[in-house]
Amino acid sequence: MGFILAFFSKRKKSVLPGFGLSMGFSIFYLSLIVFLPLSALVLKTFELSLDEFWQVVASERAIASYRLTFGASFVAASINLVFGLLVAWVLVRYSFPGKKVIDALVDLPFALPTAVAGIALTALYAPNGWIGQFFHAAGIKVAYSAFGVTLALVFIGLPFVVRTVQPVLEDVEKELEEAAASLGANRLQTFCRVIFPALLPSLLTGFALAFARAIGEYGSVVFISGNMPFKTEITPLLIMTRLEQFDYAGAAALGTVMLLISFLLLLLINLLQHWSNHRHGGAK
Amino acid sequence: MSSVVIDNTNSTARITIRQATAEPLWLKVLLTTLALSFLTLFLLLPLVIVFGEAFAKGWQVYVASITEPAAAHAIKLTLLAAAIAVPCNVIFGLGASWAIAKFQFRGKQLLITLIDLPIAVSPVIAGLCFMLLFGARGWWGEWLNDHDFAVMFAVPGIVLATIFITFPFVARELIPLMQEQGREQEEAALTLGASGWQTFRLVTLPSIKWALLYGIILCNARAMGEFGAVSVVSGKIREQTNTMPLHIEILYNEYQFAAAFAVSSLLALLALLTLVLKSALQWRAAKDYAEAAKLRAVE
Repeated sequence: MGFILAFFSKRKKSVLPGFGLSMGFSIFYLSLIVFLPLSALVLKTFELSLDEFWQVVASERAIASYRLTFGASFVAASINLVFGLLVAWVLVRYSFPGKKVIDALVDLPFALPTAVAGIALTALYAPNGWIGQFFHAAGIKVAYSAFGVTLALVFIGLPFVVRTVQPVLEDVEKELEEAAASLGANRLQTFCRVIFPALLPSLLTGFALAFARAIGEYGSVVFISGNMPFKTEITPLLIMTRLEQFDYAGAAALGTVMLLISFLLLLLINLLQHWSNHRHGGAK
Repeated sequence: MSSVVIDNTNSTARITIRQATAEPLWLKVLLTTLALSFLTLFLLLPLVIVFGEAFAKGWQVYVASITEPAAAHAIKLTLLAAAIAVPCNVIFGLGASWAIAKFQFRGKQLLITLIDLPIAVSPVIAGLCFMLLFGARGWWGEWLNDHDFAVMFAVPGIVLATIFITFPFVARELIPLMQEQGREQEEAALTLGASGWQTFRLVTLPSIKWALLYGIILCNARAMGEFGAVSVVSGKIREQTNTMPLHIEILYNEYQFAAAFAVSSLLALLALLTLVLKSALQWRAAKDYAEAAKLRAVE
């Protein structure tokens, strides 16, 4: 930890006090709460030989869980990409009664505990549920299938695209659209060639955030998925199963793989946000 | 005469531009309907069904479900965990944002990314990490056992997992705001003879209060609702280590749907309250910001 503190404490002089205290405390707390537990995870993985590690993370059951986790997260983030843009557009450009309430409600998935979301969605989409009964009549299984998992992930990721696109859309200058129109572009052309390119970085950031959130999600999925190995078992649940069998090293191996992917996604998101801020700031 | 002609051309030109930068009415209605249907399906209906199912068996069952000893204990434990986790993360958030926003140092961007890390980590993995540290076969499991101090399957583990999950929420709200505000005001206060603590209390704190409050309510909502991480470390012992979300899971798995939704409705109310407070805080912050801008314009 001393090494970490030494790394971060090289700085320019400032007249403001409290750098040592605030920085020291932040690094201490960060190490204690985040680094230490995460390094325990990675070190536990090293108790396995390479062969054993491979057997855990590339087992058929694990691969089936990756396929579901990443597949459903990708589909859910894509749905959120389209509808997030639509919702942001309607909230910024149009006015209708109750708009402020709707705008505030978009953050519900951030504030509603995942377990509550999980049982509510399951109750809605179960074969005898309010919506599930129609699907049931049509012979489509929603709850306890990959479809249900995707729906839960759509709910969880819903605010991300809306909240990243909304401020950028508010800042798109009307003059640019007027210029496009006066140069003879129709509305669709203006949208595709002027507005959409300005929104693209924020759209991608929102997509990546929703995707990153979805692959780690547990609470809402565990109720609606039915948790059948090879079919509706997501990776976090597989980790949970390993834990319940006291296979800590196996759980840690799967956890390390997920952690690595999450970390790479976080870096990608940071790059996207940097690009987005740059584009966004440059347009002004 | 000529001026009238010019005015005419101007106004027709303006009218065509206005039409060219707006969608036709039918498209507006279609898009709005689509967006609202999507939101109804994914936000409104889950919320409605929580309250609908909670009261499905009547008011008495509802009250009984949230006052029975196991539920009352779960509510108390959830409040306790949040009451410890939130202040810890507030102190960290203030410290980290002071260091990051007011000073230039190497690796700042890296530090900001690391603070965000818990958001990207799956809650189950967070719980697993604490299990590996404090569990019976973990790093310190034996030592803790010898000294008769339980972290796993006990309250300290639940608090630690909650702190991990809600770690970034206050810092994330404060860092960008304090970075934008810069350090001129603090420097001025110091030049005028204020102590470091006075500067922080009288200059910095008032200018970040709305963002700080927003961070706190968000952090609190997450702390009270955390499920995955707490579910790994708690052991789910009724009336001992059961938090509200875990209690909901147990009730649901026992097919006591009305009771599960009754406890859920309390957390849903908390979520709604969080959203209302959030809107109110944003409105206040915007008002303050506008007033400050007006003052600057007068100067």
